[in-house]
Amino acid sequence: MEIYLDNSATTRCLPEAAEVMTRILTEDYGNPSSLHNKGLAGENYIRHARETVAKSIKAKEKEIVFTSGGTESNNLAIFGAARANRRTGMHVITTAVEHPSVANPFGALADEGYDVTYLPVDRKGVVDCEMLRESLRPDTVLVSMMHVNNEVGAIEPVEEAAAIVHEAAPKAVFHVDAIQSFGKLALFPGRAGIDLLSVSGHKLHGPKGSGFLFIREGVKVAPQILGGGHERLMRSGTENVPAIAGLGVAVEFMTKNLPEHQRKLYAIKKRLVEGLESIDGISLNGPTGEDGAPQIVSATVSGVRAEVMLHALEDRGIYVSAGSACSSHKPGISKTLAAIGLKGDALEQTVRFSTSVFTTEEEIDAAVAAMRDLVPMLRKYRRR
Amino acid sequence: MNQAFLVKYGEIGIKGKNRHLFEERLVKQVEFALKDVDGIFKVTRPQGRVFVEAQGPVDKTEVLDALTKVFGVTAIAPCTYIEDTGFDDLAKAVVDYVGEEFAGKDFTFKVNARRARKNYPMDSMEINAAIGEKLLDAYPTLKVDVHNPEVMLHIEIREKINFYASEIPGPGGMPVGTNGKAELLLSGGIDSPVAGYMVAKRGVTIDAVYFHAPPYTSERAKQKVVDLAKLISGYSGPMRLHVVNFTDIQLKIYDTCPHEELTIIMRRYMMKIAGHFAKADGALGLVTGESIGQVASQTMQSLLVTDNAATLPVYRPLIGFDKSEIVDIAKRIGTYETSILPYEDCCTIFVARHPVTKPNLKIIKASEARLGKSFEDLVEQAVSEAELVRIPGGISRK
Repeated sequence: MEIYLDNSATTRCLPEAAEVMTRILTEDYGNPSSLHNKGLAGENYIRHARETVAKSIKAKEKEIVFTSGGTESNNLAIFGAARANRRTGMHVITTAVEHPSVANPFGALADEGYDVTYLPVDRKGVVDCEMLRESLRPDTVLVSMMHVNNEVGAIEPVEEAAAIVHEAAPKAVFHVDAIQSFGKLALFPGRAGIDLLSVSGHKLHGPKGSGFLFIREGVKVAPQILGGGHERLMRSGTENVPAIAGLGVAVEFMTKNLPEHQRKLYAIKKRLVEGLESIDGISLNGPTGEDGAPQIVSATVSGVRAEVMLHALEDRGIYVSAGSACSSHKPGISKTLAAIGLKGDALEQTVRFSTSVFTTEEEIDAAVAAMRDLVPMLRKYRRR
Repeated sequence: MNQAFLVKYGEIGIKGKNRHLFEERLVKQVEFALKDVDGIFKVTRPQGRVFVEAQGPVDKTEVLDALTKVFGVTAIAPCTYIEDTGFDDLAKAVVDYVGEEFAGKDFTFKVNARRARKNYPMDSMEINAAIGEKLLDAYPTLKVDVHNPEVMLHIEIREKINFYASEIPGPGGMPVGTNGKAELLLSGGIDSPVAGYMVAKRGVTIDAVYFHAPPYTSERAKQKVVDLAKLISGYSGPMRLHVVNFTDIQLKIYDTCPHEELTIIMRRYMMKIAGHFAKADGALGLVTGESIGQVASQTMQSLLVTDNAATLPVYRPLIGFDKSEIVDIAKRIGTYETSILPYEDCCTIFVARHPVTKPNLKIIKASEARLGKSFEDLVEQAVSEAELVRIPGGISRK
């Protein structure tokens, strides 16, 4: 039995997406830039995917740039916006809880001489918009904020933040990393005042190596990959047609059924939260109700190292992550967990459960039962 | 002109009647080291040397990488060889060789000819003088210096004639397979891979035991140990790696014995279990990476108590080394980067904050007695259910 509760790390690709991809790889493999029919066939897959994606966020097709995934979308948004608007100013703002694919580009901007402000979060992981308002300056050119925190599932007030940014710093570009939220929470960047929006395909049952960046029409972004001028000059390189087509299939599936998915995910979350809260030694982090993301539950198990908890669950076919999967190859303390006030051992005793629309109640019950069984045993054996 | 490699060895040369056994083994090890290198090689054993002839073009760096991993080799000289078609051809070949091998031509040199084949029409002195003259004619900026030459140009007249001007040091030691076998207690740390290397360097074949403790140690920790075993096997040849599930044993000790004695008792059971595999593998001793005083379980008192549990001699090649010295060797032999990957090994998970540093054998044995008869079944089960990983040996591209 396999119970996969690490969907914020990656998801299983939809079979429908994989099917289209196989067809493209083995039959319709033409280069969209080729003038012949084979090329046109490739181009049509991209056109169709672009339509789907644009429609899903109520954007224009020319506002969608396909990328290799979330990290590239974030890099393009941050470096592209900061560098294109350098003459306007060199002050940029982000939060203390961003994913490394945002935090590290900001670190690089600091090395280039940009002035970076990091907004703190409260104990639930949520940014205070008043702090944002106070941090904005006439020379602020970029504000970047995640929609859903990947470690604790906090929902950031991006719409409120967008309004504040545009009011107080009209020249600033507002970027949202929607990698954890897309397909789970409705967000229409045009309506919400978001200038740039990053999405990754493999977090929503699409293939790895797929993603897109929404760039609102008229917003200046300098391309970061130069070459043959693909994607309206924004991202050169022969289009990854299979990945883009697979992404299109996944986006359609996730957004078409969003309200129903959301209800299901919150019901599952409630079940998981109640189950975990009933176990001695477990405390939950971040918002545990519908004020948080529907798919993420962060649990600190007092006295059990996260890695041990993870491997013990793995032994029973249950897959979770220790902190955030993207940084779990490195030992080191999670910035997000520290930012919400976790201290000492708790930082190394936190595991993350992340569900998908395919997660069943039975799977949640089995996971909770496994925790109920394992936690007392594991808490008994520890360093003294 | 053809590329060859003259492989020199030291210590083996003094092994009396057994010398040919050592030399044959060295040839085998050289052949084994070259099996993953592109090209076809002919390995022969003329007087006191191993001669590797490349049959066609080869990547010299790749060959040297492989040969500098063969224990028993003291130096390798990449050389050029030609058929003997008369002195004029030899002189021309040497002039061309010097032309290609040295960019600048403003160094001092000396020609050092040796005739293994005494029927060559000129003697060594005559060859030295005649070749020296040809070189000075071709490159007037060269100078002869017979006492302290910057370049010593060796010419060896054998069946064929080879010449070389530089030597790369080898690792020394003895060819693996000439000194029996030892069982290495391999962890994911820095020390034990180095200990395995050191013992293998003296000609000892290595098999290894790793203690795995899921869920406290991960599959990646195990993969790291397999990777380390591969790196060691690049020097020591094919290896059997026994992966022992140690969790239940550890938990039972944790439940039963005083916490500060956990590590020392654990170490004693590791010795016992490694002893089982040593017997099965035909090993004549155990090898660990311990050095005196490095941690609580490596004080003189702890080593005494640990040794008492072993039925075979325990070899500790790093016993007098400082950590920094061990790190230097680990870096040189290429295991360091893998060793420092951050996966926990089973020795550290439950380690007491204040473990005993001066254990008393009687007290430890009394604690062990509390483990009871059923504990021996746990140990037997761990031995019988151990996983065997076969490491093929040869160059690791890690």
